[in-house]
Amino acid sequence: MDDTLRELYQEVILDHSRHPRHFGAMQEATHVAEGHNPLCGDRVKIYLKLGPDGAIEDIRFEGKGCAISQASASLMTDMVQGRSLEEAKHLMVGFLHLVKGEEVGETLKPEDRERLDVMAGVSAFPMRVKCATLAWHTMNSALEGGAAVKSE
Amino acid sequence: MSKCQTKFEVDRIRQDFPILAREVYGKPLVYLDNAASAQKPLVVLERMTSFASREYANVHRGVHFLSALATDAYEGARARVRTFLNAGDSAEIVFTKGGTEAINLVAASFIAPSLKPGDEIVLTVMEHHSNIVPWHLLRERHGAMLKWVDVGDDGSLDLDALDAAIGPRTRLLAITQMSNVLGTITPLEEIVKRAHAKGVPVLADGCQGAVHERVDVQAWDIDFYVITGHKLYGPTGIGALYAKAAHLERMRPYQGGGEMIREVTRDKVTYADPPARFEAGTPPIIEAVGLARALEYLSTLDLKAAHEHERALYTQAREAVREFNWLRVIGDAPQKGAILSFECDGMHAHDVATILDRQGVAVRAGHHCAQVLMDRFGTVSTTRASFAFYNTMADVEALVGALAKAREVLG
Repeated sequence: MDDTLRELYQEVILDHSRHPRHFGAMQEATHVAEGHNPLCGDRVKIYLKLGPDGAIEDIRFEGKGCAISQASASLMTDMVQGRSLEEAKHLMVGFLHLVKGEEVGETLKPEDRERLDVMAGVSAFPMRVKCATLAWHTMNSALEGGAAVKSE
Repeated sequence: MSKCQTKFEVDRIRQDFPILAREVYGKPLVYLDNAASAQKPLVVLERMTSFASREYANVHRGVHFLSALATDAYEGARARVRTFLNAGDSAEIVFTKGGTEAINLVAASFIAPSLKPGDEIVLTVMEHHSNIVPWHLLRERHGAMLKWVDVGDDGSLDLDALDAAIGPRTRLLAITQMSNVLGTITPLEEIVKRAHAKGVPVLADGCQGAVHERVDVQAWDIDFYVITGHKLYGPTGIGALYAKAAHLERMRPYQGGGEMIREVTRDKVTYADPPARFEAGTPPIIEAVGLARALEYLSTLDLKAAHEHERALYTQAREAVREFNWLRVIGDAPQKGAILSFECDGMHAHDVATILDRQGVAVRAGHHCAQVLMDRFGTVSTTRASFAFYNTMADVEALVGALAKAREVLG
């Protein structure tokens, strides 16, 4: 079997996609956005609740999609919970570099880099980068005012 | 896997298609995305090159040598399409940039000018977006009503349901000849008979059907029939609309520009006769010549044997995937072409397609521009393997093997 495939569909990814963390709607959300990939019909909805200090107190997602998009959303929710908005944005920028195969540089802290590294295999599959980035773009859109996101 | 014998000499045919010899990711290419676009035989590519190298100029306008040559080739291409569709007259063939434009042309020039709010377009849930969205535009702009005919759980069309959908306000029945997802083949001759009995004209989307079935627009007595070049082993950017001369005669122009006029003054314009009236601007000349060469190529094949070969490939694949209890085929109509669409338990179509791809097997994953149909079957996407006559039983085996691997990785 192709190593790049094993790298893409490693156990952590499959586990996140089969047992997504923070899955479901959130009544008390302060920020919500929907993302849609018109090419494959995949959808994701991100709910955020910001605390009084402006940090991400809670985050949940709903959606249907491929293993990559679901795992990416699940991992994202796990990682941004409790973070400040600034930290969340840093994570997003670093993640986008990572899955596009670009230099990540100093944008990610070593421990964050290590956790996100499970998604790095996506960079060998240019057609699938949009699957990995949909949830992150949607979260960003929710934080910036909630316009619908299209990932093409 | 049992060996299936067909008369069709597939090994020899494969030599005609240079791309089939290439590898992807170090594995032999197994191209099963033919319903999206077919590969081109060398003769088509060579003809386009030789035409552009030796005969090319703009058509219909010049008096010079090359313009005459190019015009002959372009009009010759029209005659070739006429033969392929068995139309009565070349003037009934309008070149378009593809199937989509041909349907939009009928919507804009045949239906829209006389459409009254509440008039109906009848269509089936298995139409491609190209045979849905032009009618939605009429709904939005002119108040047309879309009436949908469902398919059964096996993807077959219920002709009585079709009959029932056609009412006194129906302006057109727009129906595919072969679903690009289910593979379902519709009995056009019978359908036209039923629609005509109620005075309703019929447009058939032949983009898939013309590739796998014989076409005879006169025998069917059909009003409009649409093909696209690139699925017929020809180039992209060219397609054709067949329309009965009587319809074309009273249709208003589609786009305005050069080529489609008789006379233009400051105050008025008069239009050319069909088909020129519907071909504004410089047409895709090289592509038309390429399409004609593709149709000529097809005419040299034993098409009956080719179609039987495709069906044998499909049947082999259909039988083989019965072993996979995690796989659900969508589209099992008794009359269907060589398209295998399916869903896999716990495996998204895009993940399946990615894993197949890395084994050299090119399939399509997604909604296939048929979201109404996806809704009907309660899904958002399927994986689709679609066969052409140049595919082999080894391709089917590669598909089945790759699916088993996908299960291993994702299962």
